Amino acid sequence: MQWEVVIGLETHAQLQTKSKIFSGASTAFGAEPNAQASAVDIALPGVLPVLNRAAVECAIRLGLAVGGRVAPRSIFARKNYFYPDLPKGYQISQYETPVVAGGSLSIIVGQGQERYEKTVQLTRAHLEEDAGKSLHEDFHGKSGIDLNRAGTPLLEIVTEPDMRSAVEAVAYAKALHALVQWIGICDGNMQEGSFRCDANVSVRHKGSEKLGTRREIKNLNSFRFMQQAIDYEVKWQIATLEDGGRIEQATVLFDPDTGETRSMRSKEDAQDYRYFPDPDLLPLEIGQDWIAKVKADMPELPAEMKLRFETAFGLSAYDAAALTATLATARYYENSVAAAGEENAKLCANWMMGELAARLNREDRDIRDAPLSPAQLGHLVLRIADNTISSKIAKEVFDALWNGEAKDADAVIAAKGLKQISDSGALEALIDEVLAANPKSVEEFRAGKEKAFNALVGQLMKATQGRANPQQVNELLRKKLL
Amino acid sequence: MINGSLKTLSEALAKKKISSAELSTLFLDRMARANPALNAFISIDREKTLAQARQADLRIAAGQAAPLEGIPLAHKDIFCTEGWLTTCGSRMLANFVSPYDAHVVSRMKAAGLVTLGKTNMDEFAMGSSNETSFFGPVKNPWDTSRVPGGSSGGAAAAVAARLAPAATGTDTGGSIRQPAALCGLTGLKPTYGVVSRYGMIAFASSLDQGGPMAKSAEDCALLLSAMSGFDARDSTSLDRPPEDYCRELEKPLAGLKIGLPKEFFGEGMAADVRSAVEEALAEYRRAGAVTVEVSLPNSGLSVPAYYVIAPAEASSNLSRFDGVRYGYRAPEYTDLADMYCKSRGQGFGAEVKRRILIGAYVLSHGYYDAYYLQAQKIRRLIANDFALAFRHCDIIMGPTTPSVAFAVGAKSNNPVEMYLSDIYTIAVNLAGLPGMSIPCGFGEGKMPVGLQLIGNYFEEARMLNVAHRYQLATDWHMRMPEETI
Repeated sequence: MQWEVVIGLETHAQLQTKSKIFSGASTAFGAEPNAQASAVDIALPGVLPVLNRAAVECAIRLGLAVGGRVAPRSIFARKNYFYPDLPKGYQISQYETPVVAGGSLSIIVGQGQERYEKTVQLTRAHLEEDAGKSLHEDFHGKSGIDLNRAGTPLLEIVTEPDMRSAVEAVAYAKALHALVQWIGICDGNMQEGSFRCDANVSVRHKGSEKLGTRREIKNLNSFRFMQQAIDYEVKWQIATLEDGGRIEQATVLFDPDTGETRSMRSKEDAQDYRYFPDPDLLPLEIGQDWIAKVKADMPELPAEMKLRFETAFGLSAYDAAALTATLATARYYENSVAAAGEENAKLCANWMMGELAARLNREDRDIRDAPLSPAQLGHLVLRIADNTISSKIAKEVFDALWNGEAKDADAVIAAKGLKQISDSGALEALIDEVLAANPKSVEEFRAGKEKAFNALVGQLMKATQGRANPQQVNELLRKKLL
Repeated sequence: MINGSLKTLSEALAKKKISSAELSTLFLDRMARANPALNAFISIDREKTLAQARQADLRIAAGQAAPLEGIPLAHKDIFCTEGWLTTCGSRMLANFVSPYDAHVVSRMKAAGLVTLGKTNMDEFAMGSSNETSFFGPVKNPWDTSRVPGGSSGGAAAAVAARLAPAATGTDTGGSIRQPAALCGLTGLKPTYGVVSRYGMIAFASSLDQGGPMAKSAEDCALLLSAMSGFDARDSTSLDRPPEDYCRELEKPLAGLKIGLPKEFFGEGMAADVRSAVEEALAEYRRAGAVTVEVSLPNSGLSVPAYYVIAPAEASSNLSRFDGVRYGYRAPEYTDLADMYCKSRGQGFGAEVKRRILIGAYVLSHGYYDAYYLQAQKIRRLIANDFALAFRHCDIIMGPTTPSVAFAVGAKSNNPVEMYLSDIYTIAVNLAGLPGMSIPCGFGEGKMPVGLQLIGNYFEEARMLNVAHRYQLATDWHMRMPEETI
């Protein structure tokens, strides 16, 4: 039996606003418990919510970035349930009319030959407030409540059930993670919970139109866990079905220690949230002028930038996609091109995707923490392009810069005497010496052995510690040997 | 002095005929004498009041007096008042001392008014007789065997018994107008959004409005001018320029077109109420007004629509009272769910529980469309009725209540009958319109009768003018219950 996996993701992105979505309290992470909980956040009697415009602008930004429809009028609703870290006894969210409808996100899945591009359709994105935190450990045997996070603005971004594997789900999550940071609405810090995903997973017979019963894996806060959780869940569902069992709709949690998912509550326990429009808030109205204003402040989007890299710099689609995978990468690239000159943009791309990427990968570093600045890399590329150094020597310079040995390529070249020898007089003299010292090779070359030529070049390079301009050496040597 | 208008008191204070401390003491002494019988106040704090009064006296002496500087004012216990117990008439908040002032409270402070205490009320403003208060029923000063109305029953009884010159109230379905009518006062519910709800403990957010309860329209105009105005902390507060609600008080009534909804003059209105209301209308005609019949065909649906919408909002608004952060928590419980159940079970009274249950029911899956959405549609129809009626008249008049104050206990076991005592007032809240009740005579048992005035949106100044001219021609509003004279 052939099974098809169907996955939809719901992502909660914490929005990077200074204050909370319905109060003036700060949203900064890491304060003393309850130090950032205002009267509104702790839901004192009589307090009322006031919508933070900055949170709405984040939603508009996302809507524009994914090509969704920003609703001219959306409604905040109350989702009613009791929990100690939910001070009002309801969460203010959006239910029937979200602020953003539709849109899509292009993702690149897999690597090498297996790579393919895919478009994931978005259902909606809506604004809501986060709850506080219940602290069950180390609190004098009782549970503590920290309401600093209560009222932090969230944008919940929901996809259609478009993904067909854990790899696709992770690729989508990574692309969305990069996008929300790119457009400056979320810091993407998964450890602090700024970006967390729920995955709705089901399986069905290949070719079937009908969706299988889904189980929702809650609170996936790393890409690795997402991959593991979905893989496990899919295997479990298929095994269950093949054993003649049935999948019950349920909410499950992933346990990273066991690598398994386990049911938290079944559909029967599903609460009735008694949604209704919040009478304390007016409908959210977003006019075209507001959208236009937000649009004017938006950075160039990754898809636009990718296209520009292809057309203006002649990069391949692959390179352009890789260099626009995250805003940090794209910024690094653009800054290195600024230092190297646009005519050397392609060479910059090669160096970023070659030496730099390899180094970062080997040392498990983020590009934002690269010890080599984009200006340093661009300058290095410029020195290759203007023949000051060869590509081979450039790697040595790269290492020196990476290790912080000098402030730029020129300084490394000067300090280590790596400047390429391009003076034909000097090279001719050196060639004469090499020819005199290697009569055997000369003889062999003249007898028609091309290999002997390479041996002579090698000798010359050895004599100059690789600094001789290879192209010039070729030309001059051939001339001498004729 | 105890029957003096705010203007009279203000002049006496300004001319230093009396100090705010003396005036406050006068009322505090009356409160101390009468409150045990009336139960109009939940909190009285002589020292706090006098400290505030002495501050007012300093400002008067320094020539820095605010418009109503030094006049004592009682606050309904629904308004959060910094440093004061703010109970909302409930065991749930019997221990809650507010750390902040409601917008209305801070506006009243800014106008120079001195907080005279916190008045009793139906629990969470749910009631029409002030019998649901955890702190016991309030008695009507005109006849202590009768109810004062509710939910602002303590405020009404306090002003009627001249324990306070004026009071704040709130009106969700008639909670200012109905007790004003039953106690012989002038009370005004403003257009929804005119008075900020910030710090006013929510019952039904889309219906709640704070407003003044006083002896006269003129006093109400002064108080409304002080308490109204835009507040950025309430998203439903209307951003309009400040208004002087006294500006039209003296305007003559000639040519005023009074609409009389035929639905308000049908069956259900007691004969004594009818005759007092008819007499008031005759007085208006004598003053040059004309009366025209109008129709509010959907007004019969207002009580059922209200008892879907208000409980729905209340069921959610009252969820914050969970025993976790403040307020009542059951002394013993086994786990979290048990803590919630016991705290809320013991903290809330029967009427509040009834409305939470109704509200949760009408919002629940499968019933939402049939109840909540239908009720919202009716609400629109009711607002449309008024809009059409106002094409034919400047103001609408009718009875405030179907009967005069009823006996304590008479309706407390029959919620539907109790709910029907707000039959003439509820539609006004559903439409968001301003409404008033003014005394227009006495009925059975020498109990006061209220005339209801309903204005178009933002027509408070005109409505106050219409009430004021009547009060210039009559003296019903100056009458006091005999025992206290």
